Amino acid sequence: MITVKNLTKSFGELEVLRGIDQHIAPNEKTVIIGPSGSGKSTFLRCLNLLEQPTGGQILFDGVEITSPACDINHVRRKMGMVFQQFNLFPHLTVMKNLTLSPTTLGLLNKEQAREKAEQLLIRVGLLDKANVYPAQLSGGQKQRIAIVRALAMEPQVMLFDEPTSALDPEMVGEVLDVMKQLAVDGMTMVVVTHEMGFAREVGDRVLFMDEGLVVEEGPPEQIFGAPQQARTQDFLRKVL
Amino acid sequence: MLFSDIATWFSGVQAEFTLNFITSNRWRLIYNGLLVTLQITLVACLMGIVIGIIVATVRTTKDKAGHTMRKGLPRTLLVIVDWVCRLYITVIRGTPIVIQLMIMYFVIFVSSRNGVLVAILAFGLNSGAYVSEIFRGGIMSIDAGQFEAGRSLGLNYVQTMGLIIAPQVLKNVLPTLANEFIVLLKETAVAGYVAVGDLTFAANRIRGVTYSAFMPLIAVALIYLTLVMFLTWLVGKLERRLRQSDNR
Repeated sequence: MITVKNLTKSFGELEVLRGIDQHIAPNEKTVIIGPSGSGKSTFLRCLNLLEQPTGGQILFDGVEITSPACDINHVRRKMGMVFQQFNLFPHLTVMKNLTLSPTTLGLLNKEQAREKAEQLLIRVGLLDKANVYPAQLSGGQKQRIAIVRALAMEPQVMLFDEPTSALDPEMVGEVLDVMKQLAVDGMTMVVVTHEMGFAREVGDRVLFMDEGLVVEEGPPEQIFGAPQQARTQDFLRKVL
Repeated sequence: MLFSDIATWFSGVQAEFTLNFITSNRWRLIYNGLLVTLQITLVACLMGIVIGIIVATVRTTKDKAGHTMRKGLPRTLLVIVDWVCRLYITVIRGTPIVIQLMIMYFVIFVSSRNGVLVAILAFGLNSGAYVSEIFRGGIMSIDAGQFEAGRSLGLNYVQTMGLIIAPQVLKNVLPTLANEFIVLLKETAVAGYVAVGDLTFAANRIRGVTYSAFMPLIAVALIYLTLVMFLTWLVGKLERRLRQSDNR
């Protein structure tokens, strides 16, 4: 579904990504772990071009999205993204947060969008919050809304950028539950996270990144059970 | 004794009032001046907002997206327009409004006899520079994540700016913006320099004829004060409506 070829990204002198080759298959759950500054968030943000890659290619469904001719707005409709800081639109109600994009882009009319939003809110148990503003929600509720806001576009793949890192510990569970349910439903997911339990349970494939490279990859049993690289072993010893 | 003193004083005030406002329908000067002041302020204000939005958009686009744009004509164009915008702000903010007004009237539009129109242009251009900086500050204060969230949902640059960034900017800048227009309203008092018959000019004309300063100046001061208080009340109402989403 997503093919990444020799992806590089520099911010000025700083090389954040130093050549990444990856293939993400449909329905696959890819979990990216690694220390801060390893480039995992930058890699994820390159996938929908929130960061413009310095070099290399990204193909989505066979289309080269890194080419200047590609209409990135069209591609982004099919790639949902969830941010660490939620980024809900504070001036709009929960319902409007969910319906803004589908109606603005003419994918659904107002009535259809409202119905779809209600279904999604039921799915995360927040239908009663439809008409409140984000400021009135807890962190966990905000992130659940952010997830269904992305889902309202019916994306083919969901990108998660440390979705639980800004949450109070007792709210992490409710967000992970929504993500697990999404995984069970067969969504293609790429998740950057520090939640090793989640990586182990949900991931089909775990990438360990350090210093702008994928140092080691494999099924969670292998990465967590028998890591091959010294750097991976060192990292896991510290976090587990 | 005391009573007759008060009576004398009162009849004096009454005579002054009659002389300054009633005789030869002098109140009409003030009334017409008020209309001119309102006209200049209102149109200059709208002009300032339009210029401000354009200049602020150019400058923030250059600051935020300029370095990620591919080299080519659009980028070169953006850099040039950004430079022009900065020059405009520097010149306008660096010179007194009275000088700008007189340059407009006596140098640039030397053949125009429509002082009100020239004043509107001068005050609008002046206000635009200040308003653009207000909007720019407002746009910069919005978290980059808001923009990214909009774009990640497939909205294009203009849709994201219009539907997500602009409403939040408006709410944040409203108090500062209102302040700018209160300043503008009072700044128009110098329009008399180019023979525009605004409110202040009316007071001066009455003073020139009646040789009494107290009545016309106090009257005009009270009118300015009332206008500013009305404006403050109006903005307060608008602000409360926009702050709806802040309620916890």
